[in-house]
Amino acid sequence: MLQKKFGEDVSRAPIAQRGQKVEKSEGEGIGANIKVTIDGKELRVPVGTTILDAAKQLGIRIPTLCYHEDLCVAGVCRVCVVEVEGQRTLQASCAYHVTQPVAVQTHTRKVRHARRHVIDLLLSRHYGNCYACGRNNNCELQALAKEYGVDFFRFGHLEQPLHVEDHSSHSVFRDMNKCVLCRRCVRTCIDFQEVGVYEAAHRSEETKIETFVDKPLADVVCINCGQCINRCPTAALRANDQTDDVWAAIDDPTKHVVMQTAPSPRAGIGECFGLEPGHPLTFQLNTALRLAGFDKIFDTNFAADLTIIEEGTELLQRLYAALVLKDASTALPMFTSCSPGWVKYIEHFYQEYLPHLSSCKSPQQMFGSLIKTYYAQKNNIDPASIVNVALMPCSAKKFECNRPEMCASGFKDVNYGLTTRECAKMLSEAGIDLPKMTKSDFDDPFGTATGSGVIFGATGGVMEAALRTVVELVTGVKVENFFDHADIIPVRGFEGIKYAEIPVKEVGLVPDLVKHLFQDWNWLKGAAIKVGVCHGTSYAKKVLEDIKAGGRFSECHFIEFMACPGGCLGGGGQPIPTSPAIRAARAKAIYSEDRAYSVRKSHENPAILQVYNEFLTDGPCGHKSHELLHTHYIPRGKFIP
Amino acid sequence: MKSSHEGSVTFKSAEADFGLTSALGKSRSDIIAEISKSNLKGRGGAGFPTAVKWNLAAAAKGERKYVVCNADEGEPGTFKDKVILADCADLVFEGMTIAARAIGASHGILYLRGEYAYLRRSLEDVLARRRDRKLLGKAIGGKGDFDFDIEIVMGSGAYVCGEETALIESLEGNRGEPRNRPPFPVDTGYMGYPTVVNNVETLAWVAMIMGKGADWFKKTGTEKSAGSKLFSVSGDCERPGVYEFPLGVSIAELLKEVGAEDAKAVQVGGASGVCLPASQFGRKLAYEDVATGGSIIVFGPNRDILEVAANFLEFFVEESCGQCTPCRIGNYKLLETVDMLRKGCCSMNYLKEIRGLCESMQLASKCGLGQSSPNAFLSIIDNFKDEVMGR
Repeated sequence: MLQKKFGEDVSRAPIAQRGQKVEKSEGEGIGANIKVTIDGKELRVPVGTTILDAAKQLGIRIPTLCYHEDLCVAGVCRVCVVEVEGQRTLQASCAYHVTQPVAVQTHTRKVRHARRHVIDLLLSRHYGNCYACGRNNNCELQALAKEYGVDFFRFGHLEQPLHVEDHSSHSVFRDMNKCVLCRRCVRTCIDFQEVGVYEAAHRSEETKIETFVDKPLADVVCINCGQCINRCPTAALRANDQTDDVWAAIDDPTKHVVMQTAPSPRAGIGECFGLEPGHPLTFQLNTALRLAGFDKIFDTNFAADLTIIEEGTELLQRLYAALVLKDASTALPMFTSCSPGWVKYIEHFYQEYLPHLSSCKSPQQMFGSLIKTYYAQKNNIDPASIVNVALMPCSAKKFECNRPEMCASGFKDVNYGLTTRECAKMLSEAGIDLPKMTKSDFDDPFGTATGSGVIFGATGGVMEAALRTVVELVTGVKVENFFDHADIIPVRGFEGIKYAEIPVKEVGLVPDLVKHLFQDWNWLKGAAIKVGVCHGTSYAKKVLEDIKAGGRFSECHFIEFMACPGGCLGGGGQPIPTSPAIRAARAKAIYSEDRAYSVRKSHENPAILQVYNEFLTDGPCGHKSHELLHTHYIPRGKFIP
Repeated sequence: MKSSHEGSVTFKSAEADFGLTSALGKSRSDIIAEISKSNLKGRGGAGFPTAVKWNLAAAAKGERKYVVCNADEGEPGTFKDKVILADCADLVFEGMTIAARAIGASHGILYLRGEYAYLRRSLEDVLARRRDRKLLGKAIGGKGDFDFDIEIVMGSGAYVCGEETALIESLEGNRGEPRNRPPFPVDTGYMGYPTVVNNVETLAWVAMIMGKGADWFKKTGTEKSAGSKLFSVSGDCERPGVYEFPLGVSIAELLKEVGAEDAKAVQVGGASGVCLPASQFGRKLAYEDVATGGSIIVFGPNRDILEVAANFLEFFVEESCGQCTPCRIGNYKLLETVDMLRKGCCSMNYLKEIRGLCESMQLASKCGLGQSSPNAFLSIIDNFKDEVMGR
């Protein structure tokens, strides 16, 4: 019946903006292939292939605007039109699925004129100047105008803005004056993420992408994932820019400006400097950030390791309560809580499952409160003078650090969440060519991190890191004995939903770290730890619905959720553009970094042990750690923004 | 055939359910063959052969199929469907039932224009009567394999919902926007099921043809445009109303009948049609010459032709669904140009650019709305050059 993409489930997206039912070819037999002739070149493709895809295979370029590899087809911009033999009108090549042999021309007079007119029309209603624009040189409309040699505004140009900018959200900034109504954001939100914040409203010239009754973005159910930003062809959607505030802090000599960098932006930032996706610049970035004026550079991976200890301990506590104490109120499976987009998603749409959410803060926030307490005390710095900046792949982190409960240190734990793009902008402002920097290390006392922290950036990474630690804590046996090189392959990969079982055959002694909580592990002997991993809220929804229906995932012990497709590496703060291939390259970079670490398990990180010895002396999930490293959630429903 | 400004003489002469009875005595393929033989083309405006549409829907695979009657009569200047639904609703439902029999549909929907809400009650009464008489419901005409019922769904006033895929979107509860084609509704229509969408008048003619035979139907009209058609005539004429004429009638003949022999221009086919000057009144109203869904708007000698153009373009600027670029912004640019022409400040050069734009709109728009919206503008600047450029 109704289909979102080939082979995918029904979604809420309006059918007008979806690809539609086309019989899928059976096998690879000759009968399933159809002859397509494009500009005289011939090719055989399976039934249902679009003209655009066929042209790509032939190396023929057809320009596009509303089309995006990740999204269902819209066919609304009409930039990709081509002439199909036997058709009276031009056809959108992105939306034309071949079911019988076709002959196509991609640059006849009619096609060239139509494309040029479409671009001219879009420009006539696109307010602003390219040189005063956040997407200058990275704008698909600008690129099209160049490709088609636009050198004047054939149909005029707007002198005045038509819409008020929406600065309400901490994360996403909307300027509808730059919108070209390609509806990628609509499709991203309703179909790709299944959140549904945007919809086209009004008709004709007055058509506008609106939120529910045109409320400010901060007042609707937006989860701040920023996937719409990554797919917006122009500057209509951007992450809220805070670089000026960060510069001001750097320029203020009384401020101690601390930067923590997460693994995903380090794997992605090279793309902003012209590198191919998949070149991590972790240590070059350290040098660059010092040059730019940051006082200390820390590795968020340290906090990721800390998260693993805390979250792993919390999981064991919950299992103990459920299995041994038979406490029926224990919420299992436990859900990860490090993706702020996911957290807001569950607060809005599945508030009845909030008790399942781990109470652990995200690594960014854990680090923030530790820097303003432990680090400040240790180095005799007034926490009031510390400005915490976090380099994140994420737009939702901007919202997270502004949550009112995120001030456990007595101050705002993290002052600014910077996206990868903002960081690249700051570096270029400072005249720094990042890829050419020499390498340098992170600062002490958090210098050492582990590979487990690095893989947080990819989907399945949190789960893999947690399993490496939990398995060793419980069995006392090196995880390498169960999985080669400690690579827990079953939880890796880009499938939307993954499921794995890790049997606990033997148990060992309770390590010192958690001796205050558990006496022995005998109650876990012979059990199997059942885990799930999913990324993208559309898949999160499927998992939650499965739990609701009492399916396989309701029997899991621990499930990792990430709001963004691919995990953090596909986050809303990452370089634009994004595609499945780009995300795969970033993931490869992240896993190769993991392999390079000598210590790859969180509980073996000496800096972590030092923190528990010196500061969080009542151990993981102890009183102090609850105060600083754990948080609570708000049942928002659909009405509390 | 004699015309009348009170509606259709032919439809009123129909014997009750004669067409359906005849259809039920035939096999499915024979029904379609009869319609095919009659050469009936869609009466909504596009003129697609009805039998071809039905054949595709009959061949499509689906758990169930739908017959949708398009009663969203939104083209400016048409009101024939309203008259048919008020006077001969039985004939339309009979046509739907025949269509359902032909393609194997079990569900029928009448998509009724929002402004025709006042007709709904009488239409529901007609449906109830037909159910009582076992002409709708289970095992119609004693055929165990033929269950069919019709429900009425109200439109909400968007012109674009007369476009069949936008109509289906609207039926599904979505924003009324045309879909990408292919696939076509006959394959993937309402809720993904094979769906035939026919105009009110088309379905009424289906019932007539099944009752009286294809040969009877083909006796009137021309070779390529068989049969008669209803015309909604309005504007500067003495006797506006709904008229029935055989296809192939000349505009001059029609104008004589309605009392508008002094007309300066006639807009044939509503806002999406063409505007013809007196010099072209000899042309025929038929699919092979001036095709129309039935809207005839007469403009008297004192009308300002640019005001006419502005009026149509204001309509399109209001009614474009806003989905595709050429239609959304293009119509707005055309309206701007008409304003410039009215002020006498449009250069020949710019007018040339705009003509090019019109061609791109006709070629690159997603649906029939954008593809036909420049027609009126183009025909006015071509046919009334002196008046247009004379200020």
